[in-house]
Amino acid sequence: MLRFAVRRLFGMAAVLFAISVIVFLIFNVIPNSDPAQRIAGKNANPELIARVRADLGLDQSIVTQYLTMMKQIFTGTLTSYASSQNVGEQIWKGLPATLSLCIGAAVLWMALAVVFGYLSAVHAGKFTDRTLTILALVGISVPVFWLAAILLYYLSFKAQIFPTSSYVPLTKNPGQWAYHLVLPWITLAVLFVGFYSRVLRSNMLDVMNEDYVRTARAKGISERQIRIKHVLRNSMIPIITLFGLDFGAVVGGGAILTETVFNINGVGLYAGQAIGSLDLPPLMGVTMFGAFFIVLFNTVVDVLYAFLDPRIRLGEAAPA
Amino acid sequence: MTGSVGEIEAPGIPPVPAGVAPDAVRGRSPWYLAWVRLRRNRVALGFGVLFILIVLVCLAAPLWADHVAHTGPDANHITDKVLIDGQEEYVVSPDGTPIGPGLHGRYLLGADQNGRDVMVRLLYGGRTSIFIGVAAALVTTVLAVLVGLLCGYYRGWIDAILSRIMDVVWAFPVLLLGIALGTTLALGGLKIGGLVISGDSVWIPIMIIGLVYVPYMARPIRGEILALREKEFVEAAVAQGKGPIRIMVSELLPNVVSTIIVFFTLNIANNMLLESSLSFLGAGVRPPSASWGTMIADGYQNIYTAPHLTIVPGAMIVLTVLALNVFGDGLRDALDPRAKIRLEH
Repeated sequence: MLRFAVRRLFGMAAVLFAISVIVFLIFNVIPNSDPAQRIAGKNANPELIARVRADLGLDQSIVTQYLTMMKQIFTGTLTSYASSQNVGEQIWKGLPATLSLCIGAAVLWMALAVVFGYLSAVHAGKFTDRTLTILALVGISVPVFWLAAILLYYLSFKAQIFPTSSYVPLTKNPGQWAYHLVLPWITLAVLFVGFYSRVLRSNMLDVMNEDYVRTARAKGISERQIRIKHVLRNSMIPIITLFGLDFGAVVGGGAILTETVFNINGVGLYAGQAIGSLDLPPLMGVTMFGAFFIVLFNTVVDVLYAFLDPRIRLGEAAPA
Repeated sequence: MTGSVGEIEAPGIPPVPAGVAPDAVRGRSPWYLAWVRLRRNRVALGFGVLFILIVLVCLAAPLWADHVAHTGPDANHITDKVLIDGQEEYVVSPDGTPIGPGLHGRYLLGADQNGRDVMVRLLYGGRTSIFIGVAAALVTTVLAVLVGLLCGYYRGWIDAILSRIMDVVWAFPVLLLGIALGTTLALGGLKIGGLVISGDSVWIPIMIIGLVYVPYMARPIRGEILALREKEFVEAAVAQGKGPIRIMVSELLPNVVSTIIVFFTLNIANNMLLESSLSFLGAGVRPPSASWGTMIADGYQNIYTAPHLTIVPGAMIVLTVLALNVFGDGLRDALDPRAKIRLEH
């Protein structure tokens, strides 16, 4: 177990290192993305560009630049080229909003996906199943930002049921916090409800054919109990894997569209604004932050999976 | 028996019993069986037809532009007037509100804030969006099949290296990677050797989207190849003296074709969604070129005065992606009823 965990940790570090190098290269090797020239402005004279370059340390070798940036990340002194704000502080400031959005959406999508997937599997082939299947497929076919825009237009602007958003901190007013987040939660959850309920349905249909379910039935356990205790429980293991991966991805940048449309001052919106000005340090910071979450949850899921399902031996590669 | 004396008869083909038409005992290939299953799934088939219809309608964009709308997708008509119910009205009223949808001939779906005909833009935008979806799916498929075959066949260090690269792409926040590449490449374009792609080319979003989804397809293919590689027919091929490339192409590849087809279909759907997201954030298709994503991005600025600019292209994305998803779903059931294929966003 310990060896497994240590190996995973090394793997995590290696992946994060590779990602940081790639992001750095994207912004430094691709032609015409010279940050000094961008910051100095379109009509800057060569001296100004040279001064900006020296200020930001961009005249040093690319390896030195990379090492400086990594050192800044670890010491928390990374600052934006465009606004000279501290990147770490900005991400930290955006974190409560992003986590509020993601955790709320995650609770919603898991609850709905389990209910829909369960109903779909129990009534497989019937009207309920067909309706839920179509709904699920619609859910995974809707562009998130478009759904957000449509909900905002019809429910907030036309019907005025919900506020035309923006985020209210939980500590300030819990009621308003939830009220302002209802539409973003729904928007972010829709895709995953569609997707997870489909996966749960097919898992449950598979498990229903297992021998132990027949055994349980032979023992005279009620059908309801079989479905919940034996079928649903065992079908949830792969869902938990998916959940770990997707939750990591959503916190690590997946919520950028939802945050942009609903104007929630989270990490995603911060990244979106940094992209507008092609500001490398915030993008590097947010990407590393996002990748860290994704890799972390990947690892947690692998370990948890081995824990939940004793059939998986830890020495082997974890299943995809 | 018809064979002449001395000729060796093909073994294993039983004679057709009397009274049965030879056709009735014809061998049924897996493809034929899949087709029979797919044919029974009317919903999936219907949505497949719908997708083809959407493609055809978008391909016919110039016909609509030349013969009905009499304008191009990027032509502005801010100061023009149009005849509605016998009255002349501005295409874009002085307060900046464009005309909405209606049966007034030229502007069937209304105009946007630049006085451009939304119907014409929608058709041309559909061409771009669908083209990007299909082309990026081709890029993904070619790369993923290559990686899957190499990893699964050679295993060892080739597998180790390629799999680690896949891990890195996998751990990258998809949208952030797409945006970072999209914005930087749009500035300077891309030069690889003699190949030059300018910053506003649709090939930039195609390459980005194509690359981002490679691991999602390569991993399951690799898994299948790893299992197939242990089968006797591969051993037989080796014994016959076939080289690695021939084994991969003519022995292993045909066995994963059904997986590839299903992935390809669903991948187009995902690509179209990613294209629209990137374009919405300004890192995909460059304006003034129309794609459904850029149309939403443009229209969203005026959602409160002209909601049709946001609703119409979004509805087309939903319809097209839904058609592909339902059809792909049916295709998977038909080709491999036991397969568990996962595509994610």
